[in-house]
Amino acid sequence: MVQLRIVAMVMAASLLLGARANADAIKANDWQSTLAAAKGKTVYFDAWGGSETINDYIDWVSSEVKKRFQITLKHVKLNDTADAVSTVVAEKAAGKNDHGSIDLIWINGENFAAMQKQGLLSKGFATTLPNWKYVDTANPTISVDFTLPTKGQESPWGAAKLVFFADTARTGPVADMPKSADALLAWTKQHPGQFSYPAPPDFIGSSFLKQVLLETVADPSVLQKPVDVANFETVTKPLWDWLDAVQPVLWRQGRDHPKSYPAMKQLLADGELGIIFAFNPAEASSAIEAGELPDTVRSFVFPNGTLGNTHFVAIPYNSSAKAAAKVVANFLISPEAQLRKEDPRYWGDPTILAMDKLPAKDREAFAKIDRGVATLPPSKLGPVLPEPHPSWMTRIETEWKHRYGS
Amino acid sequence: MPHSVSPKALKLFGVRSSTALREHQNKSAGFPGLPRHGAALVVYGIAALFAVPVGIGLIGVLLPAFGYMPALGGRALSLEPVRALLAEPGLVTSVLLSLASGLITTAVAVVGVALFLAAFYDTAGHRLAQRALAPLLAVPHAAAAFGLAFLIAPSGLIFRVLARIFGFDRPPDLLIIGDPWGLAMMAGLVAKEMPFLILVAFAALPQADPTRRMRLSASLGHGRILGFLLAVWPGVYRQIRLPVLAVAAYASGVVDVALILGPSTPAPLAVRLVTWMNDPDLSLHFMASAGAVLQLLVTGLVLVLWLCGERLAARLRHRIGIGGRRLAEDHWLRLLSAVPVALAGGAVAFGLVWLSLWSIAGFWSFPDIFPPSFNFSTWSRVITSLGGPMATSFIVAIASATAALGLVVVLLEARRRQFGAAAGQKLRLPPLVAALIYLPLIVPQIAFVSGLQVTILALRLEPSILMLSGVHLIFVAPYVALALADPWFALDPRYEQIAASLGHGPIRTLFRVRLPMLTRPVLTALAIGIATSVGQYLPTILIGAGRLPTITTEAVALASGGNRRVIGAYALLQMLLPFLAFSLSGSLPRLLLRRRGAMKPR
Amino acid sequence: MIDQQASSSPRGDAVPPSTDGLVLDRVAIRLAGRQLLALDHRVAPGDTLTVMGPSGSGKSTLFAFVAGFLDPAFEAVGRVCLNGRDLTLLPPRCRRVGLLFQDALLLPHMSVGDNLLFALPANVKGSRQRRAAAEAMLSDVGLAGHFSRDPATLSGGQAARVALARTLLAKPEALLLDEPFARLDQDLRATIRDLVFQTIRARKIPAVLVTHDPADAQAAGSALVEIGSGEGTTV
Repeated sequence: MVQLRIVAMVMAASLLLGARANADAIKANDWQSTLAAAKGKTVYFDAWGGSETINDYIDWVSSEVKKRFQITLKHVKLNDTADAVSTVVAEKAAGKNDHGSIDLIWINGENFAAMQKQGLLSKGFATTLPNWKYVDTANPTISVDFTLPTKGQESPWGAAKLVFFADTARTGPVADMPKSADALLAWTKQHPGQFSYPAPPDFIGSSFLKQVLLETVADPSVLQKPVDVANFETVTKPLWDWLDAVQPVLWRQGRDHPKSYPAMKQLLADGELGIIFAFNPAEASSAIEAGELPDTVRSFVFPNGTLGNTHFVAIPYNSSAKAAAKVVANFLISPEAQLRKEDPRYWGDPTILAMDKLPAKDREAFAKIDRGVATLPPSKLGPVLPEPHPSWMTRIETEWKHRYGS
Repeated sequence: MPHSVSPKALKLFGVRSSTALREHQNKSAGFPGLPRHGAALVVYGIAALFAVPVGIGLIGVLLPAFGYMPALGGRALSLEPVRALLAEPGLVTSVLLSLASGLITTAVAVVGVALFLAAFYDTAGHRLAQRALAPLLAVPHAAAAFGLAFLIAPSGLIFRVLARIFGFDRPPDLLIIGDPWGLAMMAGLVAKEMPFLILVAFAALPQADPTRRMRLSASLGHGRILGFLLAVWPGVYRQIRLPVLAVAAYASGVVDVALILGPSTPAPLAVRLVTWMNDPDLSLHFMASAGAVLQLLVTGLVLVLWLCGERLAARLRHRIGIGGRRLAEDHWLRLLSAVPVALAGGAVAFGLVWLSLWSIAGFWSFPDIFPPSFNFSTWSRVITSLGGPMATSFIVAIASATAALGLVVVLLEARRRQFGAAAGQKLRLPPLVAALIYLPLIVPQIAFVSGLQVTILALRLEPSILMLSGVHLIFVAPYVALALADPWFALDPRYEQIAASLGHGPIRTLFRVRLPMLTRPVLTALAIGIATSVGQYLPTILIGAGRLPTITTEAVALASGGNRRVIGAYALLQMLLPFLAFSLSGSLPRLLLRRRGAMKPR
Repeated sequence: MIDQQASSSPRGDAVPPSTDGLVLDRVAIRLAGRQLLALDHRVAPGDTLTVMGPSGSGKSTLFAFVAGFLDPAFEAVGRVCLNGRDLTLLPPRCRRVGLLFQDALLLPHMSVGDNLLFALPANVKGSRQRRAAAEAMLSDVGLAGHFSRDPATLSGGQAARVALARTLLAKPEALLLDEPFARLDQDLRATIRDLVFQTIRARKIPAVLVTHDPADAQAAGSALVEIGSGEGTTV
């Protein structure tokens, strides 16, 4: 057994080395054969369907890949990515190891960690995509998703960063808005009932807890490693102190929480909340555009940095159209598709491409995007705080439930 | 020259001929050429057909509840998931919320319906309710909940009006929606369940012989309300007992209404169950399965407690009945009796108007009572992407409801023939059959749909319209049976005896006598079936593998984005088919009659 | 096989095939071991056997037995023969026994005419002939011209006449009457009663009348059986 395994490893290694020798030629050839294999295939793309602008963008992608690659892209609209994860789990449970029903999943963070851990994803493909050469590989969140190396098992699609919104008509200019978690606590004490966060495990709610944790923790580096049960209490104590302090002055005295970001958005529109936050810097502008927020809403960030991450697309291990899924993933990171995505008229999601790697023409086009009144330009978004290891969040969510959730 | 026969002689010639007779009855009782055992076989076979998928799904959830699910690395049975579940903070509160929701919602809805019927039976109020029923029934649960939320929330209509009067510009910070007692949630459920109970009560009323009984109790000096409650209501309630139990089961395991109106710290058990099932941490799947088993127990407990409550209520009624109170002057009570139903109907109807308004509103915030601007961008966007999902919803709803109707008719008819269509016999479905058929109503969907999904995948079945219709059938059939069983058994058997004496066979009798006479209940059952199918989210998304989007899966996906304009537009679209079905089931019989009326001599 | 078993009673004196009328041949019905009634009687064509007894005495049971609807919970022995045919094992629709209940039970979704056409045997062909036959019967019961009426608009007496017309159209060889006049007003009752018994006599149909109204029994004129003691007692 052992010997066999060694032989296999040696063979694999030599194959890899051989491949490296004339990598570029083979790459081009490979891609040609991938394109050929993709032709006429149908790709089922399981992606959250809660935003009409995003749905429209995916429709546009569908029509483009149909025209260019004869791929039929079908958007399976989910209200939770977990539905897709549990579908793949169910398929694996049923022994359906090929011809799975999902070819591409919009994913990141905990869902990715779960699928990777359970072996539900195709092996690495992202770095072999031709358009990978434009990707901002200097951004650590592109190769490390919530501290887990992506191993190329997911291809980046867009960037996310925590930003805060306030209605200047009700709460005054953004310049006077809090500049840190501590300042936010002070502001909330002055304006009781006007701040809240969605209850974890809501994604946005959990992200907010992470932001406070990253700001208040004594040594942020411990958060990059898996949680250590022994020092969990010491490390997270400042977070609980902060939450205990804010609890009595939260919206509804903390006895209820907004269900999700969209709920907070509505509460901001109605003037119940004074400050809300989102993971997409362009969200406020597109909400104004859609008539969901008043046009007096503006964005702000904490100068010392806010939480940021990248969202990806991944291919399940049992996809029946892997080649076509790769072609779609490659199209998604093309300058053209990324440019349209960053344009708030279509979606307004920040790109994951590196401006300095792009041809001059594309670079200019990105620079010319009108991001809308409520969107901060990339230069003013401040530093990115990296996500902690997912195990911290699991522990924190449980602890939160004990303290405030029951 | 008549003479009587001694019993002894009878015994002598009796044995053989009575055997022959019974054999003969066996033969004639079932469908043509089908012996009586055959009829029993049909009854149990169809019931099993409905129950088997639930059973399979339950096994699929029981195994992981005790740690077994190889796909996720659980290869040995253990109590770990149960332990993890019991260690969940706030679990007791969640369970109590589910229990209370199941019992209180049902009690309030039943009492409200009883009082309403008592006060308004055979009055203009009765007829008004009948007419308003179709749209109310067609409103999806979530839409009704959104409507109620907008009415009573601190940023809602009531406070907007108050804000105009008292001049405040921010909604007050009051915990009304999502209160820890779950009152808002129960109010929302009551509002949505009352129309359903009124529907089934209306259908049951004629069989309770209200006119004669009311006359009788009036002659005893009882006031209208007390008279109805003592003399007529028990007969109505006996017939609508199963729908009431279905309401209790539903209210104890509801997810969508609880998400919108219910408390969140902690939420009722079913909501937490869905959260665990959907958690990215797949190991929670085990605990979620254990939670599903717990939910099953909670729902079972609700039903048991409700049955105990029934006994208490019967005793109470008996005491009042013999107590001699007459309550002859009950005008004040009559007005009061209208309140629950009027509030419920008003809230749902208001929610509907409000959602329609949102679907065309521009920016609209507190404290504006009406949207300051309108636009149709949401609708123009929605309309373009509508065709496919709408068609799927229509086809699946009509296919599953029709199939369910066919199967239920065969089942009920087989059951009836099993007893030789005897006159005056109180027919019911055998308890085992009833339990099998109504299982999908009592077992929370989330508890078995994922288990069913694994099975379907293991059988290598590709999602198709046919398969989706088949899965919807599981959820549609119990409601169709619920709506049809009592009228079916209540039809005077002498009509069919006459048809037989005129030389007509069973099939012809079914189509010429029974079905036409039951047009209204049959169409009502069909409409309920269609509405049930259209409303299915979880089975559609899981079994359809997302390949067969329906209007409801689109609506739920978009609702997660929280845009009220889109929610409003989709809620209206979701209503469309059920509304058509309910309106037709109400007006079609009248139309058919009118056609016959036209043949009357001028 | 079954037929032979049933018709060869141990006493061997089977009703000869030529016997006219309705023969209740040593009929006995038991429920849970208790004997409800026992009866042995021949009803000649045009005669009426009146069966009287308090409620629960088994009148309806006898009715159901002859019509063929007896609940299998009952144990029944003996035979029913009609004009020489053994009905005992025949399904209700092959018995040619007409039924009249205390309610007219006209099918509410059909007009009066359609109710009659529903009863007319299939061997009457052609829609014009069928309609003519139905209209003729309607005028026989005194309701000429009411062909297109909605049954819901008929008076009680009219409905009873239509019910009689419907029963007669199927050309029954025997009639079973289950208190057919009980729901009618006093004056009307006599009229309809006369109509029914005249028809029975005129058409030479053997009939069984189940009732607890002595006036019915008197009008029926012929044999009277009182049940309720477990056996039929001829008065």
